[in-house]
Amino acid sequence: MTIHEYQLSQLDLLEAEAVHVFREVAAELERPVLLFSGGKDSIVMLRLAEKAFWPAPMPFPVMHVDTGHNFPEVLEFRDRRVAELGVNLVVASVPDAIERGLVAEEPNGSRNRIQTPVLLEAVEKHRFTALFGGARRDEEKARAKERVFSFRDDFGQWDPKNQRPELWNLYNGRIHLGESIRVFPLSNWTELDVWHYIQREQIAVPSIYYAHEREVFERDGMLFANNEFCRPREGETTFTATVRYRTVGDASLTAAVRSDADTVEKVIDEIAATRLTERGATRGDDRVSEAAMEDRKKEGYF
Amino acid sequence: MDLLRFATAGSVDDGKSTLIGRLLYDSKAIFTDQLESVERTSQQRGDEYTDLSLLTDGLRAEREQGITIDVAYRYFATPRRKFIIADTPGHIQYTRNMVTGASTADLAIVLVDARKGMVEQSRRHAFLVSLLRVPHLVLAVNKMDLVDWSQEVFEGIEKEFSSFATKLDVPDLTVVPISALHGDNIVSRSPNMPWYEGPSLLHHLEHVHIASDRNLVDVRFPVQYVIRPQSLQRTDYRAYAGQVAGGVLKAGDEVMVLPSGFTTRIAAIETADGPVGEAFAPMSVTVRLEDEIDVSRGDMICRPHNQPAVAQDIDAMVCWMAETPLVPGQKLAIKHTTRSARALVKELQYRLDVNSLHRDDTATQLGLNDIGRVRLRTTVPLLADEYRRNRQTGGFILIDEATNRTVGAGMITSAS
Repeated sequence: MTIHEYQLSQLDLLEAEAVHVFREVAAELERPVLLFSGGKDSIVMLRLAEKAFWPAPMPFPVMHVDTGHNFPEVLEFRDRRVAELGVNLVVASVPDAIERGLVAEEPNGSRNRIQTPVLLEAVEKHRFTALFGGARRDEEKARAKERVFSFRDDFGQWDPKNQRPELWNLYNGRIHLGESIRVFPLSNWTELDVWHYIQREQIAVPSIYYAHEREVFERDGMLFANNEFCRPREGETTFTATVRYRTVGDASLTAAVRSDADTVEKVIDEIAATRLTERGATRGDDRVSEAAMEDRKKEGYF
Repeated sequence: MDLLRFATAGSVDDGKSTLIGRLLYDSKAIFTDQLESVERTSQQRGDEYTDLSLLTDGLRAEREQGITIDVAYRYFATPRRKFIIADTPGHIQYTRNMVTGASTADLAIVLVDARKGMVEQSRRHAFLVSLLRVPHLVLAVNKMDLVDWSQEVFEGIEKEFSSFATKLDVPDLTVVPISALHGDNIVSRSPNMPWYEGPSLLHHLEHVHIASDRNLVDVRFPVQYVIRPQSLQRTDYRAYAGQVAGGVLKAGDEVMVLPSGFTTRIAAIETADGPVGEAFAPMSVTVRLEDEIDVSRGDMICRPHNQPAVAQDIDAMVCWMAETPLVPGQKLAIKHTTRSARALVKELQYRLDVNSLHRDDTATQLGLNDIGRVRLRTTVPLLADEYRRNRQTGGFILIDEATNRTVGAGMITSAS
């Protein structure tokens, strides 16, 4: 930070903006919760929340919507981090919801869409009024249109044509009973900003973000790990490759990318040079249609 | 590396999407899979060329109707700066979206078509940029290729626009002749227009000086959140968190807390990364005071000899953003800095025709996308500055108390 010129670096500016958002929610909304998946964006959010309320602990719990399709490294990381911070962890379990009959397994085995009712049930049960999410506008074109404070009706639905205008740093968090706000403090961050921040703050992330050897097979031009959630079909052969994950989602449909980047510095160089977006390169769920994300969000998705 | 936020105004016809597409493409911020997806959609629709507006028109309704409905944010970086583009729709019925995009912008680009010159829309865009006090305005005269790179045409438009801009009190105006389609004067200077001696558009975006745009004179620290750890080690700890809205705060400074008027000194300015000597906008910090006085969210820390108005009568330019009109007598919720109150619409002084700038003082209401001068009376005092002096302490939003929707944006012209 160059104090003499009274000018903040882009990372300091993004941090100041996110901290402001965290504090605004804590001040105005009664029962916030931070959605924590163990992915890099939610890990950065945890750090920002920690900073926003320091030296007091962050005044809200964290929630994991657990699809049951987890990378073991990510689950271990989640539990370790939560223990370090001493925050409460709420787990909304999709397998549990399937057992109870709240949702039914989809024919293709993906639990991406059926997460939504499980999330909404937990919101209702715990009466959460604000949910912090790590979504960024550079990720996806529907997200590029979403507000920092994204109003959701009592069904958790997003109405893209009816969003509250957002001016200056003034956020409107007023809601009626049953309604909620999804809050995206990282709205203006890019994938590269997140990694620069991870580097600057020396933040630990799950090992699968760095290059490692893994048994994979190719499907739709993407590399999927051969694991209990995702087996090769006929004609798909497995092989060992040096890969890393650019995003961490449902283990049954998140693909790895070929990479030798085994340090933060190398990951940053790799992302700076890549010609593919992170979701385009790694997410089976976005390939359904042009508006897959918008449609899921309208149903109450993150 | 620092960050520049800019808003773009203009319609597809002016080549705005092509310009944004060009900036993103030339700075390698368009990815192969995004481009392929746009090409696919363009082909399916039978477009004659790849429609780059599909990159920013992210909503289903926008893609179907081929129009931009809402502000889209796009990101790119050069080795010098990171950029956030607020891409705002140009049509009059989306005035509120342009106002939204401009509210946080350091710079705005208004596009005109060199063949058409200044049109009604260009005047409206320039007016909104000045109303929102965007510090830097760029007029991009596009499609220079279609007027044979004519210096005469360019200078005619430049002259007409500059004289109009003087009336608007635009602090910094730069006029650039470009061809977004062919890339002339976008990244590097165009060989087709040797008579133009100014910078390319990207060069200007990279170098425009924004450090002094913020108010570094009037200390304004709206208290956002009181931090009181409930732990045994820190039983007496009490500090005030917030984002600096103006001036430079230093440890040891004598300060006044409004509205109470108590004075004390800053004991320390803290962050999770340790204490800092100075804090300025838009840093988010935590301030500890020397004396234990009653301070809560919505209060303002300032200097004893430089205070904002403590005011319940507020005159402001209001941009109305809802279908149901603003009428005198109406009660609304108001949010200004970290302070919330209720406000009564006392008077509508005039409605402004955003195209002609004519003031209609017979107007009885403000409809969707109308802008007018309004007098409000608030239930509790606001700690307010004129918007022209400070965008953070001079701006507010109005909220409908029944629907909770944000229905208006206000820029304070005077407060007492």
